[in-house]
Amino acid sequence: MTTTPMRRIIAALACGILFGFGLAVAQMTNPAKVLAFFDVAAIPTGGWDPSLALVLGGAVAVTLIAFRLIPAPGRRPLLDADFHLPTKTAIDAPLVFGSAVYGVGWGLVGFCVGPSIAALGFGDSRVLVFVAAMTVGAWAAGPVGRLLAQSGPAGSTGKA
Amino acid sequence: MTDFTPVSALVGGLIIGGAASLLLLLNGRVAGISGILGGLLSPVRGDTAWRVTFLAGLVIGAFLWTQIDPAAPLAIDVGLPLLVAGGLLTGLGARLGGGCASGHGVCGLGRLSKRSIVAVATFMLTCGITVWVMRHAIGG
Repeated sequence: MTTTPMRRIIAALACGILFGFGLAVAQMTNPAKVLAFFDVAAIPTGGWDPSLALVLGGAVAVTLIAFRLIPAPGRRPLLDADFHLPTKTAIDAPLVFGSAVYGVGWGLVGFCVGPSIAALGFGDSRVLVFVAAMTVGAWAAGPVGRLLAQSGPAGSTGKA
Repeated sequence: MTDFTPVSALVGGLIIGGAASLLLLLNGRVAGISGILGGLLSPVRGDTAWRVTFLAGLVIGAFLWTQIDPAAPLAIDVGLPLLVAGGLLTGLGARLGGGCASGHGVCGLGRLSKRSIVAVATFMLTCGITVWVMRHAIGG
């Protein structure tokens, strides 16, 4: 009973280490590198850095195969009874609005969620400030999401 | 401005994809890092320890790389107010939108999820616009 959860916890640690190592190898932990990809206005002057496209392309090349082969019907993960895969399929307002907001945050600093947490391993106190603010933002998504749902079409048609 | 580094980008990308695939194979989980973090903010009994060790692993993995390459760069070009604003918006947006570059990007695109394709297109676009505004419209 207690051995399998412990194995899952250790497996998650190993996967996290590998993921963080890959992010650092790819230099995604460096905000300047990320912003240099998104600065497409630099293409004509030769200052554009397309590295991020290769990082995402390389990662997706592997996950495309993994998500085809691993969660087959009748199969289960090695250390758990079931797969825990996303079930939502609707293209809804929170998806688009949230992604748009996330992109603005990403563009302001050049850090997204995983790389900023990994970059804590570089020992720069500014990264800690970013991750703390990001955690507050993630927490605020609960109340903000409820507020948006109330002010949406479903909420506004009800009696005040 | 940074240089194009095709080899480290591709190798790093393959390692990232491998790590996400391994988490799927072993624990049956999607390596969406904002989702893993979010699960700690509204904790469910018995579902927190693996999230903590995964996130700690991210830090350890990057730290290990700095021991191999002590010159690994980390350049943050913004002051405190933008650092905080960027953090707040990144955390808020990723949770509202149900994912970030790892969940919607690395894993969602790998699953060919329509939601993730829309999310990635949306955040790539607003990120690009933000960088253009900050660098060329305001900062230029």
